[in-house]
Amino acid sequence: MHPAPSVIVFTTFSGLGFGLMFWLGIDPTPPTGWVAFVFWLIAYVMGVGGLLASTFHLGRPERAIKAFSQWRSSWLSREGIAAVATLVVMALYGLGLVFFGSAWQPLGWLGAIGALATVFTTSMIYAQMKTIPRWNTKLTPAMFLSLSLAGGALLKGNVTMAVVLLAIAGVIQVVTWVQGDQAFANSGTTMATATGLGDIGKVRAFEPPHTGTNYLMREFIHVIGRKHSQKLRIISVLLAVVIPVILLLLPIGHWIALVAVISHIAGVLASRWLFFAEAEHVVGLYYGKR
Amino acid sequence: MTTLPQLTQKKLGLVIDLDTCVGCHACVISCKGWNTENYGAPLSDQNAYGADNSGTFLNRVHSFEVQPTGDDAAAQLIHFPKSCLHCEDAPCVTVCPTGASYKREEDGIVLVNEQDCIGCGLCAWACPYGARELDAAEGVMKKCTLCVDRIYNENLEEVDRVPTCVRTCPSGARHFGDLGDENSDVSKLVAERGGMDLMPEQGTKPVNKYLPPRPKDALPEFDILAPFLEPVAQEAKGFLGWLDKTLEKL
Repeated sequence: MHPAPSVIVFTTFSGLGFGLMFWLGIDPTPPTGWVAFVFWLIAYVMGVGGLLASTFHLGRPERAIKAFSQWRSSWLSREGIAAVATLVVMALYGLGLVFFGSAWQPLGWLGAIGALATVFTTSMIYAQMKTIPRWNTKLTPAMFLSLSLAGGALLKGNVTMAVVLLAIAGVIQVVTWVQGDQAFANSGTTMATATGLGDIGKVRAFEPPHTGTNYLMREFIHVIGRKHSQKLRIISVLLAVVIPVILLLLPIGHWIALVAVISHIAGVLASRWLFFAEAEHVVGLYYGKR
Repeated sequence: MTTLPQLTQKKLGLVIDLDTCVGCHACVISCKGWNTENYGAPLSDQNAYGADNSGTFLNRVHSFEVQPTGDDAAAQLIHFPKSCLHCEDAPCVTVCPTGASYKREEDGIVLVNEQDCIGCGLCAWACPYGARELDAAEGVMKKCTLCVDRIYNENLEEVDRVPTCVRTCPSGARHFGDLGDENSDVSKLVAERGGMDLMPEQGTKPVNKYLPPRPKDALPEFDILAPFLEPVAQEAKGFLGWLDKTLEKL
C-alpha cells in the first residue's frame, strides 16, 4: 500500500490525542485551570489536527460532511461520528475543568469511552480489509489501541501506567509483524485463484494491460523501502518503546519526559509507515507483483 | 444506502470467455470512449502524450502465461479482460462512508453516485479485483456501470442495448445477460463451460463469470500406418555425419 503521509500523520496523532483524552477523562483528580488548558490543548491539537490531515487525501474534501451518514455499514463513517461526538463531549468536560475548576465526571467517562471507540473504529477501517491480509486480523485493533493508550499515558505523565502499557504495546507490535509476515501466504489468495487458471498449470504475468502505470499500481503496489523493513522495525521499537521506558525509569523531569514523548512519536510514525508500506493488496497478483 | 440488498432477483452481469478472447483491447477502448462521452464524469488521462502517461480505465486486459504441468506441454497465453464483477457481497459498497456506492436492488448493478463521492478511495481498497479507479482529474471513484445508460436506453437500436464492451468484441468473447435466471443464455453458457469465480476465497460472490480456456488439442498421428514405417534416416551422413562422429570422439 502507498504510505500516504496524510494518513500516517492522521493515525499517529489522532491516536495519541484520543489516547490522552482517555486518560484525562478517567482521571479521578483531573488537573484544572492553566495546567488543564495545556493538557487539553495538546489533546485537541493532536486529535483534531490528525482528523484534518486525513481529509487531505480525499479527492473531494468539500463533501466530507457526507461521510457521517453511513454508520450502519461503514467503519469510516462510524469513526467520523465517534471522533466528532468525543470531541464535543470532551470540549464540555474540558471547559468545566479549565474555566470553572470543576470536574463534571460523567462527561469525562463518556468522553473516555468515545476516545477508545474512535481509535477502535479507526483501526477497524484497516482490519476489515480482506483484500489486505496483513491488516485483516484482530491484532490490528489491538496494536492501534495499545499504542494509543500507551502514548496517551505517556503524554498524561502517568509514569507507571505508561511503562506497563508501552511494554504491552511493544509486544503486540512485534507479534503483529511476525504474524503479518505470513498473512498473505495464509490468506489462500494466489495468482492461481485470482486468474482461475491454476488448474492448467503455473500462472505467470506475461504482459500488463498498459505500458505506463495506473491508480491501482500507485495506490496498492508499493515496494520501495521494503528492503529496509527489518532495520526500520528495530528503529521503530527502540524509539517508540525501549527509549521512552528507559527514560521514564530515570528520575523524571519535564525535559526528560519531552524527549521520551518525541522519541515515542518518531517510533510510532516509523511503525505506521511500515504498516502501510509493508501491506500487500491482493490486486497486485494480477500484475504479478505484491 | 451502503447496506447491500438481501437478494436481487435479476443479476445482470458479464460472462467472459478466456478461450475466445484474442487480447485485442477493443473492449477497453470502446469502454473508455462510451464512458467518457456519456454517463458521469469523463475518464481522464494525465500526461497522455508524455513519457509518464496514466489514465482512468474501467476495463483492462491483462495477459497471463500458463505453463501446464505435463511433461513437454506447450505454454499457453491467456488474455484476461478484467472489470467490475458486480459482486453479490460487494465489499466496496459496505465500506463507503457517504452512501455514494450502492448495489441496485432491481438488477444488482453496483454503481457510484458521483455527486456523493468524496474520493476517499476506501472502496478501491476493499475491492480485490482492482475494478475501481479514482479519477485524478475529477477526484471521484469510477467503475464499470455495466453501461446502465445503454442497456435500458430505448433511443438505441435493440442490438445496441448491451454494454459497449460486449457490442464491440470482435471475437464474441463477451456475453451479457441475467445470471440470476438459470434459463438465460449466459447461465446456460456458464453451466455448459464450467464458468468460474475469480478469488472465490474472498467471499465476494461475483456475478460475472469467466469461462476457462478449453483443453488444447493433442497433435494427432498423420497416418495409422506411421508407427510401422521405418524411419528414413537413422544415421547422419556426409559432412554432418563426419562432424557428429568427430565431436563424439573428442
